[in-house]
Amino acid sequence: MRAILDIFTIVAVVAGAFFFLAGTVGLLRFPDTFTRAHALTKADNLGLGLVVIGLLPQMDGVMAGLKLVLVWLMVLLASATVSQLIARAARRGGSDGGKS
Amino acid sequence: MTLALTLALVGLLMALAIWTVVARDTFAAVTGFVPYGLLLTLAWLQLRAVDVAMTEAAIGAGLTGVLLIAAAARLRATETPAWAERPGLATRVLAAIVSAAVAAGIGACVLLLPDPAPSLAPAVVENIAATGVGNPITAVLMSFRAMDTLLEAIVLLLGLVGVWSLAPDRFWGGRPGPAPTEDPNSILGYLARVLPPIGIVVGVYILWVGADHPGGKFQGATVLAAMWLLVMMAGLSDAPAVDRRWVRIALAGGPGAFIAVGLLGSVIAGAFLGYPEAFAKPLIVVIEAALLPSLAVTLALLLTGPPSRKDSSE
Repeated sequence: MRAILDIFTIVAVVAGAFFFLAGTVGLLRFPDTFTRAHALTKADNLGLGLVVIGLLPQMDGVMAGLKLVLVWLMVLLASATVSQLIARAARRGGSDGGKS
Repeated sequence: MTLALTLALVGLLMALAIWTVVARDTFAAVTGFVPYGLLLTLAWLQLRAVDVAMTEAAIGAGLTGVLLIAAAARLRATETPAWAERPGLATRVLAAIVSAAVAAGIGACVLLLPDPAPSLAPAVVENIAATGVGNPITAVLMSFRAMDTLLEAIVLLLGLVGVWSLAPDRFWGGRPGPAPTEDPNSILGYLARVLPPIGIVVGVYILWVGADHPGGKFQGATVLAAMWLLVMMAGLSDAPAVDRRWVRIALAGGPGAFIAVGLLGSVIAGAFLGYPEAFAKPLIVVIEAALLPSLAVTLALLLTGPPSRKDSSE
């Protein structure tokens, strides 16, 4: 049982790390603010979600696991809001979203 | 594996530190400073100093970062003229030599530390039971070195007085920061309605667990201050005028209670800030609970800045 949970953790965390990597590549390679924000929020939220799910079996106790899930939900809320604000600021600024 | 992670962390920290120093654009330097603080948090975690890590994340990266971003935004207009009058080569070389000498001096001090370093840790561990507090950091901050913590709280208050003293005469006693213009129904308004109930619980929780686990008033107060700032930024409530009585009471209450308990100690326990052994834990809890709102209001008002407009409600 322990071994199965450990393998689950490794697979999920590695998958999460892959999404972080993809998000970083998107941040560096995408052409303007809007697509960059898209890459960051989508990939980071999914990546962190996978890392959290992967770590859940390793926590001792339900409370510690709930705290992890809460951290993920807070990050979801914050990053969704912040990317909206950045995108709006970019659009209101009349720029082409930083294309250059 | 851990060594590789540590080395990567150190490398990133050094690179960001150098970036922060050499970046020409003030805003770029600040952008480097914030992740530098977050990486420093990881470094403290690596050293198992969780209390310090939390303080670094809350105050070092979060609060100082916001302060510096605001300062950079304000300085933007003067940045180009400031570059025009940059000091000559001789001054810069001299500054570099002096800085390098200071860095070398500090490095020499660290390297010349006796091994094992002199430590009061065993004495703390021996006497921690007398405080009734389980977290040794809290025991040191609130009992063995309570004087430092008291002075820290007062220094913050003095900092706020310094910020307020920058207000022009005609705005004195007015409200700090710009008038709220943000549409209360914006996405920020939504966040400012959803997040504060959670944030207030988290802030008070951080204070409460500080007795036995990593946490405490400074970290908790930063979270509370952030919630209040969020509500103000979203335009849901205006910053209070600085001459409001409740503002003054909230600011002075925590340090006042701390000093009162300290004086009580000099009467009962025979030393300023000495706690009678039976009441050590309750007194520490009282001081922390009194400091939490004071610190939260102080930190939030530090960020909103000096009074900059007349109080329209008068």
